Amino acid sequence: MIPGWLWILAYTLIGLGVLLGLLRAFLGPKTPDRLVAVDALVTITMGLMVLLGLWYRRGIYLDIALIYGALGFIATLAIARYLEGGL
Amino acid sequence: MNLLLQGVAGTLILIGSLFLFLGALGVYRFPDVYNRLQAGTKSTTLGALSLILGVGLAEPAWLPKALVLMLFILLTNPVSSHAIGRASYKSGYPLWEGSIVDHCQEHDACKGGGEA
Amino acid sequence: MTLLNLLETLLVIGMLGAALFVVRTRDLLAAVVVTAIISLVAAILFYVLQAPDVAITEAAIDAGLTTAIFLVALRKTERYEK
Repeated sequence: MIPGWLWILAYTLIGLGVLLGLLRAFLGPKTPDRLVAVDALVTITMGLMVLLGLWYRRGIYLDIALIYGALGFIATLAIARYLEGGL
Repeated sequence: MNLLLQGVAGTLILIGSLFLFLGALGVYRFPDVYNRLQAGTKSTTLGALSLILGVGLAEPAWLPKALVLMLFILLTNPVSSHAIGRASYKSGYPLWEGSIVDHCQEHDACKGGGEA
Repeated sequence: MTLLNLLETLLVIGMLGAALFVVRTRDLLAAVVVTAIISLVAAILFYVLQAPDVAITEAAIDAGLTTAIFLVALRKTERYEK
């Protein structure tokens, strides 16, 4: 079993990471800064979903992380194409 | 054997969450978008890979799914990083004043329209 | 209050902040980018509330499809609000 203090440490670190990413997404002076913050937040969220899946002991939660990662990737590519002048 | 596996899994989960936090800290602290991309994709990729491998080792029935997820992150994260960097350069985002070299401006392929 | 409740509180506050930002900003592309955060937080909340099917639907519709439709609409019109 994973010990309890390790759960507390992992959730605290990931929560602080989500907080810093949200601050950069709100403060970022231009749109590419916000896009970088959202891209980092999607990866952090995939990690958080997998960790919560271990916490609840349900294997289907890994599939949600996979689908969320795929669609966040598509959204990032679409916004980057728009910024470039394409689409 | 089982205790050793759980210990390795716990260490990997701890390393993964530490790298996710450091990536977000870099996204918050660095001065411009090209520096933020380094922290926001490289460090976060390593953190997510390590965390998912740790979860797969802690629950060995999930290991194939965890490997698919790791392969997916390893394939898609550099592509999105490249797309963001290219889009922000082409949309005219200026470099930080402490940056000393810009090789991309010598090539025609780096010119582009749009605005940041 | 456990640590997971604290994390949910942080996420809900972030969701409210994102919604306020989307309403108040003039740059509609930044609004589209920040809308992704709202869908992200909603997916995590459905996930914590033990509804995996709703979380899959939320991720599929709101993260992928809504962003693409908003971007096509933004390309047809203009980027800055008057």
